[in-house]
Amino acid sequence: MTVQELPENAIEMRNVSFSYGQGGFCIQGLNLEVKKGEFLAVLGHNGSGKSTLARLANGILMPDKGEISIFGQVLDDKHLYDLRSRVGVVFQNPDNQTVASVVEDDVAFGAENVGLDREEIGRRIDFALSAVGMQDYRYATVSRLSGGQKQRIAIAGVLALRPDVMILDESTAMLDPKGRREIIDVVSRLNREEGVTVVLITHFVEEALLADRAVVMNRGEIVMRGTPAEIFSRGDELLTYNLTLPRIGIISKRLREGGMSVGDTLDFEKLAEEIARCVS
Amino acid sequence: MKAVAFGQYYPANSFVHRLDPRMKLLFLVAFIVAIFVANNFYGLAACAAVLVFVIAFSRVPFLKVLSAVKGIFFLAIFTGAINVLFHTGEKTYWAGPAVYWNWGIFCVSQEGIVFSVFLILRLLLLVLCSSMLTYTTTPVSLTDGIESILTPLKWVKFPVHALALIMSIALRMIPTLMEETARIKNAQTARGANFESGNLFKRIGAFIPVLIPLLLSAFRRADELSDAMEARCYKGEKRTKYKKLRFSWRDLVAFLVMAAMIAGVALLRVYLGEIL
Repeated sequence: MTVQELPENAIEMRNVSFSYGQGGFCIQGLNLEVKKGEFLAVLGHNGSGKSTLARLANGILMPDKGEISIFGQVLDDKHLYDLRSRVGVVFQNPDNQTVASVVEDDVAFGAENVGLDREEIGRRIDFALSAVGMQDYRYATVSRLSGGQKQRIAIAGVLALRPDVMILDESTAMLDPKGRREIIDVVSRLNREEGVTVVLITHFVEEALLADRAVVMNRGEIVMRGTPAEIFSRGDELLTYNLTLPRIGIISKRLREGGMSVGDTLDFEKLAEEIARCVS
Repeated sequence: MKAVAFGQYYPANSFVHRLDPRMKLLFLVAFIVAIFVANNFYGLAACAAVLVFVIAFSRVPFLKVLSAVKGIFFLAIFTGAINVLFHTGEKTYWAGPAVYWNWGIFCVSQEGIVFSVFLILRLLLLVLCSSMLTYTTTPVSLTDGIESILTPLKWVKFPVHALALIMSIALRMIPTLMEETARIKNAQTARGANFESGNLFKRIGAFIPVLIPLLLSAFRRADELSDAMEARCYKGEKRTKYKKLRFSWRDLVAFLVMAAMIAGVALLRVYLGEIL
């Protein structure tokens, strides 16, 4: 590993395999780099191993084979807690990741765990809650919030550790469309404005549109890599991995099949222009 | 189900609400000691007077406080009846025979009646004061208070912090599990389960199809929660605390009231003697 490589990759997985005991490997010979500051979408159908990937990257699970490095530092027992505070994970069910009844206490939990002093924890709560747009709910009871709000609190709880990387493990799967929108907005803003590296694990293909890069997982392996546009131009291949095209992809594909010469674009404006050009 | 505030916290911003939870716990203990030290009605009256002041300063409506007694109504009646029947004594408090009725081991005496009234009053005061604690203190700050009081036990390697965390997670999970119970119950009702009719045993039996999924999901939740806690760097040690409890002048006032109450009741005991 050269020194040049260090700042490049936030997460680097080399030939990683993992199994939960019997029944074969869940992750098999996986190679993945997540570049610093990028927004990566990991797509995959149920059971493709994408959630295991999140738990490996944060050291909740340790790989059976291969090596995982975070910012060039190999993830091992000795560096576990250091690296964990740099890689935050938001899980699927907001109800199962809240520790305290009151919003500010829950956001403080991570910061308390790493032994910060009170003033610093207070500042971190301010920062995290305003980053997710929940500053007005500081003293609210978590159980009274909506799903999207609860999940934003979960994100704030991770942000209070000021991580460099944030992994969202199906964090939108249990939310209604409005809640999903809220989360995606928060996450993409964090990526743009705070420079947080984001790994968005999802089975909603629509959500991958905002990403810089996407990978598709199937049966514990990465089967497709590229920009979202590249991946969605291979719609038939996606289908074989039980994933569909996003709505815009389906529309432009149908139009092409119907004989209209529109390009393969994921931009609604652009598609509308092309349709207008074809019609006139 | 969402609107249910578990526990019986009554939100207000009163003198009593703003007391340190440790002071309130200490006050409750002192109050219990006082009503057991009191061995005459004057002592109990003194305790009751203190309690009335506490209620007045808490801005919790009197009727709401009194409703806490409903829960122990039958216990109080039962305790009273037992004591009337079994307590024997020759003392007379008013004109008439000392013993009204005697049959085997049962007897109704003047002393028995007075003694049971005394016990029931004690019980009522006990319940009223404890419910004042829960009316004016959120479960969260009560947990903080208990953690802080137990801190010295760390010296004997007692996992105080873990215990406090378990308590606060349990509190936090109550609404979630209540929602889940309602959901499972609805799902089972939709499948034809009947929770409303049949005798007691049948009804308990009908709850098994609710309890089992509820337990299973609670275990799954625990599993996921522990992952989420670990992901947020929880290691069970070297933690700091964001919220620090602080005593204020209010707690000093409460402490003085408490000390005066104990002293007063003790004096009444020494100078007036047993039940008058």
